[in-house]
Amino acid sequence: MTLLSVKNLSVEFPTTDGLVQAVNDVSFDINAGETLAIVGESGSGKTVTNLAIMGLIPKKTAHVSGKVLFESATGQVDLLAIDKEKLRRYRGRDIAMIFQDSMSSLHPFFTIGDQIIEAHQIHNKVDLKVSRNRAIELLELVGIQGAASRINSFPHQFSGGMRQRAMIAMALVNNPSLLIADEPTTALDVTVQAQIIKILQDLQKELKMSLILITHDMGVVAGAANRVNVMYAGRIVESAGVNDLYANPLMPYTQGLLASVPRMDRPHTARLETIPGQPPSLISLPMGCSFSPRCSQKSSISGNKCETSMPQLTNRTSEHSARCFIGESQ
Amino acid sequence: MNSPILEVKNLYKTFPLASQGIFSRVKGSNKAVNGVSFTLNQGETLGLVGESGCGKSTLGRSILKLYEPTSGSIIFEGEDITQYSANKMKLMRTKMQMIFQDPYASLNPRDTVGAIIAASFEIQKITPAGGVKKEVQSLMERVGLNPEHYNRYPHEFSGGQRQRIGIARAIAMKPKFIVCDEPVSALDVSIQAQVINLLDDLRDDFGLSYLFIAHDLSVVQHISNRVAVMYLGKIMELAPTEELYQNPHHPYTQALLSAIPLPDPILERKREQIILQGDIPNPVNPPTGCVFNTRCWKAQEICRTSEPALVQLGASQVACHFPN
Repeated sequence: MTLLSVKNLSVEFPTTDGLVQAVNDVSFDINAGETLAIVGESGSGKTVTNLAIMGLIPKKTAHVSGKVLFESATGQVDLLAIDKEKLRRYRGRDIAMIFQDSMSSLHPFFTIGDQIIEAHQIHNKVDLKVSRNRAIELLELVGIQGAASRINSFPHQFSGGMRQRAMIAMALVNNPSLLIADEPTTALDVTVQAQIIKILQDLQKELKMSLILITHDMGVVAGAANRVNVMYAGRIVESAGVNDLYANPLMPYTQGLLASVPRMDRPHTARLETIPGQPPSLISLPMGCSFSPRCSQKSSISGNKCETSMPQLTNRTSEHSARCFIGESQ
Repeated sequence: MNSPILEVKNLYKTFPLASQGIFSRVKGSNKAVNGVSFTLNQGETLGLVGESGCGKSTLGRSILKLYEPTSGSIIFEGEDITQYSANKMKLMRTKMQMIFQDPYASLNPRDTVGAIIAASFEIQKITPAGGVKKEVQSLMERVGLNPEHYNRYPHEFSGGQRQRIGIARAIAMKPKFIVCDEPVSALDVSIQAQVINLLDDLRDDFGLSYLFIAHDLSVVQHISNRVAVMYLGKIMELAPTEELYQNPHHPYTQALLSAIPLPDPILERKREQIILQGDIPNPVNPPTGCVFNTRCWKAQEICRTSEPALVQLGASQVACHFPN
């Protein structure tokens, strides 16, 4: 069952230097209970896509267009079409988000407990005591030892890993059906990253949530995702099941991304594969395919087609689509 | 490759923790580097890995005397530089250089790229044959920057290009030894690979030795000949790269390796993972005995009371009472 369906989402930021096309005609679905990973480099639009889903992009500073259809308990809603007050009923209850930097996403003046209790109180007309117990229960669930006393700690008294756990507890306090995790482990050490990923995976199974995992770490994706969307310069360039994507990447960018990661499980090679050049400016995207200036395979397409027209995201098999002229049926 | 260029013997760096106020008294100390010894050979790359707060950056900076070491000795090309004055160190800096982690914070935003790279010529009062500008432009070309961008400012460059500027600055004096402090951790993967390849090439061309500090074990494996694993200011294991990754002896090394997710969904899902409990202890109050005992699944009574020394085990050096 489709839980969330994003249709033709575009986000543009007008700036004094020109129009920044951060997200460009992005469409995807996520099913109930599924983990969808969104990968790409900085500036590829992964975070802005998800901020738009959450209604966290101020309409004053950006043009947001498209549809975000969400299946709630009371029927389908377009999160982009409803007003702020209505959106608040879904946000934090049905859809929750955790951010990369746990230090700046928690309020330094309030205790961890206060912040989790507040998230529960907003959506539930219950006694404070009930919310407090719920907060303790959640902190235990994410593995904070001595939760009943640690609930009175301030964020600075927690380590980075514990703060990220507290963020997860806060996000899950209302049993959301969709959790968006934006680079949840990027700021953490590897041993703590392994703990957090394990918690997210266990809780997802237990609570039967859908999870959108935004990351640039191809290793984290391999372990946690069911499906993967690869983004480049604001567009989805490839979308496939996780096994299929790693075994058979179709778009040259995905191939380059996978090849440029140094791997511990393979014999040492003298040089790493690289993608030449750097991502384009979102203000002046190249003509044609955004990846064409860096693409090593564009010569296999005749007539400079890659530099003049934008390929569409087309299905190659029922579960695998790519935005590339190579391998497209003519 | 066999003669040592750098020897570090029993190096300590402690930061005193003072109480607030004018008549502050030392309350305690943070033993950031706690008795570290190793040698680095000519043309070799020694990887230094560990989690944040383990003292790896402090060690790198202490070796270059950007921090004054508390005790121990640093011998560079046979000279004991531990007690060298700032003036004497200035001359040594033509041979010892550093590449920093953050390409945004390590370049002066008000200087042009040309001025940034040329700074060491001015400080050392060296005029290269053909003039400073020509030399700087050839350095820029060597690291893959367009020499015509000589007069541009750092903000006009991307993260990867800025890191290349930092590298050009570091190699300007043709040094023999460079401390690379997390040189690629702020970069995207596709750019990271470009910079690693550049560092590889420069090492081969100039016969450089690197102390390569990083927390990403797969990057370290790629570039290093030997790897040292640090935890709470101490070296836990030091081994030739292949040996360390194939046959880790220390439980901490095993856990660290096991925590890295493999970019392969089939392998990743069937491998057994060791997940460490808890966080790194506070270095102001390190555990007694082996510093790793609070998170170690093999820990026994002896680990809490006596500290294991770094001893030879096959090709590796390991500090553990119960090595694998």
